[in-house]
Amino acid sequence: MAAAVRIFLLVLLLLGPGGWGQAEPPRDSLREELVITPLPSGDVAATFQFRTRWDSELQREWVSHYRLFPKALGQLISKYSLRELHLSLTQGFWRTRYWGTPFLQAPSGAELWAWFQETVTDVDESWKELSNVLSGIFCASLNFIDSTNTVTPTASFKPLGLANGTDHSFLRYAVLPREVVCTENLTPWKKLLPCSSKAGLSVLLKADRLFHTSYHSQAVHIRPVCRNARCTSVSWELRQTLSVVFDAFVTGQGKKDWSLFRMFSRTLTEPCPLALESRVYVDITSYGQDNETLEVYPPPLTTYQDVILGTRKTYAVYDLLDAAVVSNSRSLNIQLKWKRPPENEAPPVPFLYAQRYVSGYGLQSGELSTLLYNTHPYRAFPVLLLDSVPWYLRLYVHTLTITSKGKENKPSERSPQPAPPPPLPLHVPQHLSSQGYIHYQPAQDRMQPHLLEMLIQLPANSITKVSIQFERALLKWTEYTPDPNHGFYVSPSVLSALVPSVVAAKPGDWEESPLFNSLFPVSDSSSYFVRLYTEPLLVSLPTPDFSMPYNVVCLTCTVVAVCYGSFYNLLTRTFQIEEPRKGGLAKRLANLVRRARGVPPL
Amino acid sequence: MVDTCFLSQGLTTLAGLLLLPFGSLAASQIEDQAEQFFRSGHTNNWAVLVCTSRFWFNYRHVANTLSVYRSVKRLGIPDSHIVLMLADDMACNPRNPKPATVYSHKNMELNVYGDDVEVDYRSYEVTVENFLRVLTGRIPSSTPRSKRLLSDDRSNILIYMTGHGGNGFLKFQDSEEITNIELADAFEQMWQKRRYNELLFIIDTCQGASMYERFYSPNIMALASSQVGEDSLSHQPDPAVGVHLMDRYTFYVLEFLEEINPASQTNMNDLFQVCPKSLCVSTPGHRTDLFQRDPKNVLITDFFGSVRKVEITTETLSLQPDSGVIESSYKKDQMVEELMEPLKYAEQLPVAQIIHQDFKDAFLLSSGFHGC
Repeated sequence: MAAAVRIFLLVLLLLGPGGWGQAEPPRDSLREELVITPLPSGDVAATFQFRTRWDSELQREWVSHYRLFPKALGQLISKYSLRELHLSLTQGFWRTRYWGTPFLQAPSGAELWAWFQETVTDVDESWKELSNVLSGIFCASLNFIDSTNTVTPTASFKPLGLANGTDHSFLRYAVLPREVVCTENLTPWKKLLPCSSKAGLSVLLKADRLFHTSYHSQAVHIRPVCRNARCTSVSWELRQTLSVVFDAFVTGQGKKDWSLFRMFSRTLTEPCPLALESRVYVDITSYGQDNETLEVYPPPLTTYQDVILGTRKTYAVYDLLDAAVVSNSRSLNIQLKWKRPPENEAPPVPFLYAQRYVSGYGLQSGELSTLLYNTHPYRAFPVLLLDSVPWYLRLYVHTLTITSKGKENKPSERSPQPAPPPPLPLHVPQHLSSQGYIHYQPAQDRMQPHLLEMLIQLPANSITKVSIQFERALLKWTEYTPDPNHGFYVSPSVLSALVPSVVAAKPGDWEESPLFNSLFPVSDSSSYFVRLYTEPLLVSLPTPDFSMPYNVVCLTCTVVAVCYGSFYNLLTRTFQIEEPRKGGLAKRLANLVRRARGVPPL
Repeated sequence: MVDTCFLSQGLTTLAGLLLLPFGSLAASQIEDQAEQFFRSGHTNNWAVLVCTSRFWFNYRHVANTLSVYRSVKRLGIPDSHIVLMLADDMACNPRNPKPATVYSHKNMELNVYGDDVEVDYRSYEVTVENFLRVLTGRIPSSTPRSKRLLSDDRSNILIYMTGHGGNGFLKFQDSEEITNIELADAFEQMWQKRRYNELLFIIDTCQGASMYERFYSPNIMALASSQVGEDSLSHQPDPAVGVHLMDRYTFYVLEFLEEINPASQTNMNDLFQVCPKSLCVSTPGHRTDLFQRDPKNVLITDFFGSVRKVEITTETLSLQPDSGVIESSYKKDQMVEELMEPLKYAEQLPVAQIIHQDFKDAFLLSSGFHGC
C-alpha cells in the first residue's frame, strides 16, 4: 500500500510540471565571507557576512518551501509587506578617527529601520507589530519602540535595494540606545544561519570571545536585489553581518601578532556544505611593497586587489572550498606575524569623522553640539545630518548655529541661480534656510521626538560645529525608569555622506565582487557613500528622590504621635490615687505565721 | 508415607486455592499502585523563571535564575516552553571581568550562562504587571509567542522567583512590589482558567515562606528558602568578579539537580531535605497541603524535566496525496515575471533632488504624523 502510494507520487512528479528528468537547480544560494582588517591603531577588526539570495517572489502568500532563507524572516516579509528591513544590535562604539571608515557602522544599542511596500494602508500599525515580532525573534526589547522614539526621515535612509519610488511616508526609523546586546541576542541570530554554528565560518562565532571586544555589532539586512546583470527580475537578499574589533594588546598579551585561534579560540576546518562560496579575506594593504614588515601564514594562494572605500587595497584570499587550502593540516589557522615593527608614521586619518557632546551645567538647560571633521585637503563634500532628540529635551531651534572655520555656514548653498526660498515648516530661522535643505519636526510631549535633518556642505580641511540649546523637562512620577540616576540616552546622530575617493572605483558586477564591496549601491565612481554614527549621549534629568514619600510619612506620623498625642493625653487623662497592692504569696504565708504567733501582720 | 504425602499435597493445594483470590487482589493492588505511580496526569511542562533584581551587586540573583534555567533545559524543557525574565544584564555588564559569562561557583568553575540562552523578558520589561500578565494569559495581542505562557489544563508549571523580599512581598527592580495576596489571586485566576494541572512554586528570598502563606488554589506545592523572620543568605564571593555568586539555597538545589537525569526516580521528599539549617543557616520551608498527590510519589522530573507521555493508538489514518495542490504550487513557484524595464538602485544621497525637494510634502508629513 505504502509502496504503491510512493510509486504513484513519483510518477506524478515526473509527469507533473513539465516532466522533470533531473532535479531543479536550487532557487537560493549562500555565500559566506570573513574579512580581517588590521586597524591603524593596532586593533584587529573581523567582519563576517552571510548572504542568502533567494530567487522568489515573497509578496505572494503561497510560498511554503523554505530552504536556506529562514522561514521566520520570510513570513515576516510577506505578512507586513516589507520592502526592506534593517535591524542591528551593537555594543560599543566604532572610533572612526582611530580605526578608519567602517564597511558598515551601526549605532550603539538597537537600530531598526524599514521600508514598507506601497500597498500598506496603516504604516504605523504595521511598524508596531513588526517591532513586537522582532523582539520575540531576537530576544531584544524592541517592543519599546513606539511613537516616542520613531521618526520618519525625509531625506536620509534611502532604500539600499531596488526601488522604483521613494515616498518617505513608507519609511520608519527608530533607535533604542539603552539596549544591551549579549549572548541571548547572538543565539537566535546564529540559528537563522543555514549552517547554524556547526560548519563553515560560523564555527568561529563563540559568545565568550565575541563579547570580549571593543565593538560588537550584529545585523540583519533584507532587501530586493537584481537577479542578473540586466536587472529585469528581482531576488531577495538576506545579509547577516557581524563585526567585532579585538583589542590586540589585551588579547595578544602585548604583541600585535594575531591568529584566528587567539582571537576566536577556534580554527576553520571545512566550509559550510550549503554554501556556494566560503572565503576569508585578510587585508595586507598598508604593508604594501616590502614583504619584510609582516608575514601571513599560511601563504595565500590568491590575492584580490580593488578600490575599497576610495583607496586601493590588497587582500589575501583563502577559499575554503578550494581543497588545497585546508588539506595539509585539516584546519586553517591564519596567522599574521610582524617581522619588524612598522615605521612610526601617523595612522591615516579618514576624510570624514564626527563627534558629539553635551555641554552646559546644572539640571535645567544645556547645549548639544556635533563636530564634523573634513580632513580632505582641497575637496568639500555634502553631509546629511539626521538628529532625533527625545521630547523631554526641549530644543530651541532659534539657537541652532552652524559654524565652520569660525564663520557661519548656511546649509548647502550650491545652486548659483537664486531660486525663491520655499516655505518651511515652523519657525526655522530664515538665515539658515536659503537655498539649502533643512527639515525640522518639533516634538510633541509624550508622543513624538524632535527630528532635525539638514544638508551641510563641509568646506575642505575644516571642522564644522552644529550646536543647539535645550532645556530639560520634568517627567511624571511613573515615567522614570527603575534606575533614573543612571541618566537618559539621546540616540546618536546619523551622517550620510558622499566622500570623495582617492582612486576612482570601476563599477563591477555585484555577483562577482566580494560581499564587503557590495553593501551600498555605487552610482558615481568618484565618491563613495558612507553612513556614520556619533556616540550616544547620556543626559541627566532632574530626578526626584523616590524614597521621600516614605520618609515624609514616617516623619509626619512621628511628629503627630509625639506632639499631638502627648498633648491629648495631658488634656484628657485624669489621675487617681491607687492603694498599693498586697504582697505576694510569701507575704501571705508570713502573715499567717504572724497571726498564729499573735504578732501584728506586715 | 504416601498418605501423608498426599495429605500434605492436598493441604498445600487447598491453601493455594484459598490464597489465590488474595494473591490476585494483591497483584491488582500492586498494579494500581504502579499505574498511579507512573501517571501524574500532565502532558507538557512549562517553566517561568524570574529574577527581579537590578544592579551589579545583585549578580547572585541572576546566577540563581540561570542555574535553574540550565537544569531545566538540561532535563528536557525546550526554550519555547520556558519564560525567562532577567531584570538586569550581568553577563555583558561593563563591570563583568569575563564578558558573556555568569558563574555560579567561585574560581569560575561553572558558567551557567552558556552559549545557548534565550531571555524572553529583559531589563525594564520585568515588571509586576508583565509578570502577572504572563501568568494569567491576559497579554496584548501583539506579544510574540516566545513571551507567552501557553499552558493548558494538563501542564505542569514550575515557577521560580528570586530577588529581595520581605514579609509578604517581593521587590521588583527596586521600584515596585508584588504581595503574597496578589500572587495567590493570580494563581487562582490560573486555576479558574485551567491554566495548569500542577504547579510547583519555589522562592529564594528573605522571609520567603510568607509568599506562599496565602495560596488557596488546589494543586500547588511551594518551597521557600527561609521562614518568616529569617534572612536567606548568600553563598560565596568570588574575588575576581567581586560579588557574591549565588544564594545558599539555590546553590544546594543546583548541586542536587546536577545529579538528576531525565530518567531518575528521585521524588519531592528529597528536594525538601536539600538545604538543612547547618548548610543554609536559614530554615527552608515547604507547603504541600494544597497538593493532592503525596510528595513521595511526585518525581522531580514531573516539574523540572519534560518527560513526554505517549498515547499509543491502533487507529490508522490514510493520507491521500492531493495531486492538484502539489502541481499548482510548484508551477506558481516557477513562474518568473520578467519585467520590461530594468530596475535600478536608489541613489543614496541625491543632493540636487534633496535641495529642490517639494516642501509642501515635507510640511504635510511633519504636521500630519499623529492626526491634527
